[in-house]
Amino acid sequence: MAIEQTHDVNELRRRQPAFRGLDAGHLACQGCGQALAARLVTEATGPDIVIANATGCLEVFTTAWPRTSWRVPWIHSVFANAPAVASGIEAALKMQGRSTKVVAMGGDGGTFDIGLQALSAMLERNHNVLYVCFDNEAYMNTGVQRSSSTPHAAMTTTSPPGRERMGKRHLRKDLLSIIAAHHIPYAATASVAYPSDLRKKVRRGLAIDGAAFVLVHSPCPLGWGHGGELSIEVARLAVQTGIFPLVELERGSVASAMALRQVRPVADYLKLQGRFRHLFDGSPAAAEELEHLQALANHNIELYRLRADTPGARDSEGADTVRRGGLRWA
Amino acid sequence: MREAIEGSAAIAKAVAMCRPQVVSAYPITPQTHIVEGLARLIADGDLRAELVSVESEFSAASVVLGAAAAGSRAYTATCSQGLLLMTEVLYNIGGLRIPVVLTCANRAIGAPVTAWNDQQDSMAMRDTGWIQLYCADNQEAVDTTIQAFRIAQNAELPVMVCVDGYVLTHTLEPIDLPSQEQVDQFVPPYRFSRALDPRNPISIGNLVTPEYYTEARHAHHRVLIRARDEIISADRDWAAICGRAWGGLLTVDGPAEARVAILTIGSVMGTLLDARQARPELGPVKLIKLRSMRPFPVSELIQACEGLSDLIVLERALSPGGGGIIGAEVRSALFDLPSKPRIHSFAAGLGGRDMPLEIYARLLERIAQPEPAQFAIFDLELDRLPLQER
Repeated sequence: MAIEQTHDVNELRRRQPAFRGLDAGHLACQGCGQALAARLVTEATGPDIVIANATGCLEVFTTAWPRTSWRVPWIHSVFANAPAVASGIEAALKMQGRSTKVVAMGGDGGTFDIGLQALSAMLERNHNVLYVCFDNEAYMNTGVQRSSSTPHAAMTTTSPPGRERMGKRHLRKDLLSIIAAHHIPYAATASVAYPSDLRKKVRRGLAIDGAAFVLVHSPCPLGWGHGGELSIEVARLAVQTGIFPLVELERGSVASAMALRQVRPVADYLKLQGRFRHLFDGSPAAAEELEHLQALANHNIELYRLRADTPGARDSEGADTVRRGGLRWA
Repeated sequence: MREAIEGSAAIAKAVAMCRPQVVSAYPITPQTHIVEGLARLIADGDLRAELVSVESEFSAASVVLGAAAAGSRAYTATCSQGLLLMTEVLYNIGGLRIPVVLTCANRAIGAPVTAWNDQQDSMAMRDTGWIQLYCADNQEAVDTTIQAFRIAQNAELPVMVCVDGYVLTHTLEPIDLPSQEQVDQFVPPYRFSRALDPRNPISIGNLVTPEYYTEARHAHHRVLIRARDEIISADRDWAAICGRAWGGLLTVDGPAEARVAILTIGSVMGTLLDARQARPELGPVKLIKLRSMRPFPVSELIQACEGLSDLIVLERALSPGGGGIIGAEVRSALFDLPSKPRIHSFAAGLGGRDMPLEIYARLLERIAQPEPAQFAIFDLELDRLPLQER
C-alpha cells in the first residue's frame, strides 16, 4: 500500500479533529490517561451527544463549579447509576424524535464494580447508548484503592505488598467476557496509546443502533507510579505485551484483534510502574508472580490470536503511525 | 363521570392523562398495580410513552432523572424497601431540582419484614428535598397526581405523591375521572429550562466546593419553601376546572368553636371523619389534614391551631429513640405561640395494624389525663411482648 509521507506541522494540525467536547483548562494531573481518552472520545463523537458521567476523577477534574470543561451537554448524578441515567436520556430523546446520541462514561470502579448491575440492565435492554469505561485499574479518585479491575499482584493502598502478601490477591475481572455474554451489537477495547484506533471504535459504537461498549485502557501516573511523560509508553506496552489486547466483538464474538508485530515481555511493562516494584525484589514469591502475569499475557495472545504473521499498517507497531508517515516503529 | 375503580387503576389513568413520555419502575407490592395499569395503557396505544422496565428501584429513579433532565415528562412509582433503595438518587433528583413525579404506595419497612401499610417509608425521605403530598382518599389521589405534574414543571422540583398502600391502592371507590381535555388544559406541554440539549450544552451535577455548597443548599431550601404557592395555586386552578379542591397545604374541618383537634395525614382521615359523625356526644372536634409535609405549612398550621386547648397528632411512623416525626415538627412550629394547645403526639396503625372507628373516642379519652403525651404508640398491645421487652 502507498504510504503517505508528510512532516508539515501545519498540515498535521489541520488534520487534527476540529471538535473536542472536553476542552482545556480542567484540573487533571499531568499525563492523565483518562483526560486524554475522554477528549479523544468526544473528538470522535462530535457535538451532537449527551453524556451521562458516573462519579469519579473525570467528573471531579472537569466540572468544579462554576466552571466546566465540557462543550457538550453533560450530567453527573451518582456513582452507580450512569447507565440508568443514560437509559432515561435515550428513552426521552427517542420519544422526542431526536437523533442525538447518548454516551455514558465511567471509570473501572463505576463500571466493573458499583455500576455493573445498572450496566448489565442497560445492555440487556439494548438501549441506543455507547458506554465508555476509562480503565485505570483502581479507585484513583479516592486515593488508589483496589477495584475488581486491578491486575493480580498490583500494589494499591488496599492491596499493599507486605511480609505475607504480594499485592492484590485476586485476578482482574474479565469484564469483556461479561459484556460479551450480553450479545450486544458492538463491544471493543481500546487504548490511549492508539488514538486513531480508539476514535474509530467510538465511531463504530456510536453508528450502531443499540448498546455499544468500549473499554479504554487509561494509565494513571499517580496510581501506577510512573512519570506523566510515560503514560503513552506504558499504555502501548500493555498492548504490545498482550496484557491489554485490543479487540472488537460483534454480538459477543471476536470480530477483530490488533496483531502484535513484536511481542514484548510483560516485565518491560511492569518495571516502568511503581505498583509492580515489589515484583522485582528477586524473591522466589516475586518471580512466581512475574511468571503468573506473563502467563496471563500469553493466554490473551493465544485466546485472541494476537501474533502477527506479517507486519501490517494496523498492527501494534503500525497502527496510529500512518498519519505521521506510517510504520514508523517498524 | 363517576365510575367504581381500584385506586391503583385510577392513579394509572390519571398519570396517563398527564402524558408522561418516560415511565420507569420496578415491581414492589403494593405499588405494582399502578405500573401494570400504565403498561397496559402503553401496550394498547392509549399512552404514547417509553416504559423502561429496570432491574432495581435505584435504576428506576435514575431513568426518570435522566429522562426529565433530557426534557421529557417522567414518572415512577414505588414504596417501602424500594423507596429506600432509591434514597441516594432521590437526594440527587432533589438537589438537582429535576421535575419528576413519583407515587409512593406507602408501606412499612423491615425489619421485621412486612408488606402492610404505614408511612415510615416516605417519612424517611422527608429530607430529600422533594415536595411531599399525602392523600386521604382515591379521588384526592387522582386529583393530586394531576396537580403534581403541574407543580413539578412549574416549580422545577420533584413531587412525591403518597397514598396509603392497600387502604387506597387496592380499594375500589367511586371516582370522578377528569376528561383528557381538562387535564391537557391544566398540564400543558412544557420546556424544562435546564434540559440537556446539544444546541445549548450545559453541565448538570458539577462538583461544588465549600465555597458554593452552602448557597446551593440555601437556594434549594428557598425554592422548596416557595413551592407552597405553586401547590396552593395548582389546587385552586384544578378546582376551577373540575370543581374539587383539597385544601392546598392543609385543611381544617369542624366547628369553629371546637377546642380540641386531631391532626393527621393520609387515609386515616376518612376513619376519623366517620367516627366524629357517629359520636357527636363526644363534643366538637376539628380534624386537621396535613396534605403537604414538604414544604411544611408552618403559618397555615399556626392559623389552624388558634384557640385550641388540645391538639392530638396521629401519625403512622416514628423516629425510634426520638418519637413522633410530625409530632415534633408540629410542636416546633407552634412553640413560639403565646397561647398554644397542649400537644399529644401518637403513632398508631404501624405495619398495617387496623385503625378502627373506636380510635377516635379512645384518643379523646386519653387527652383527659392531666399530662399530655410527649409521645406514645397509641395502639400498643404490651401483653404480646415478652416481659423483658415491655
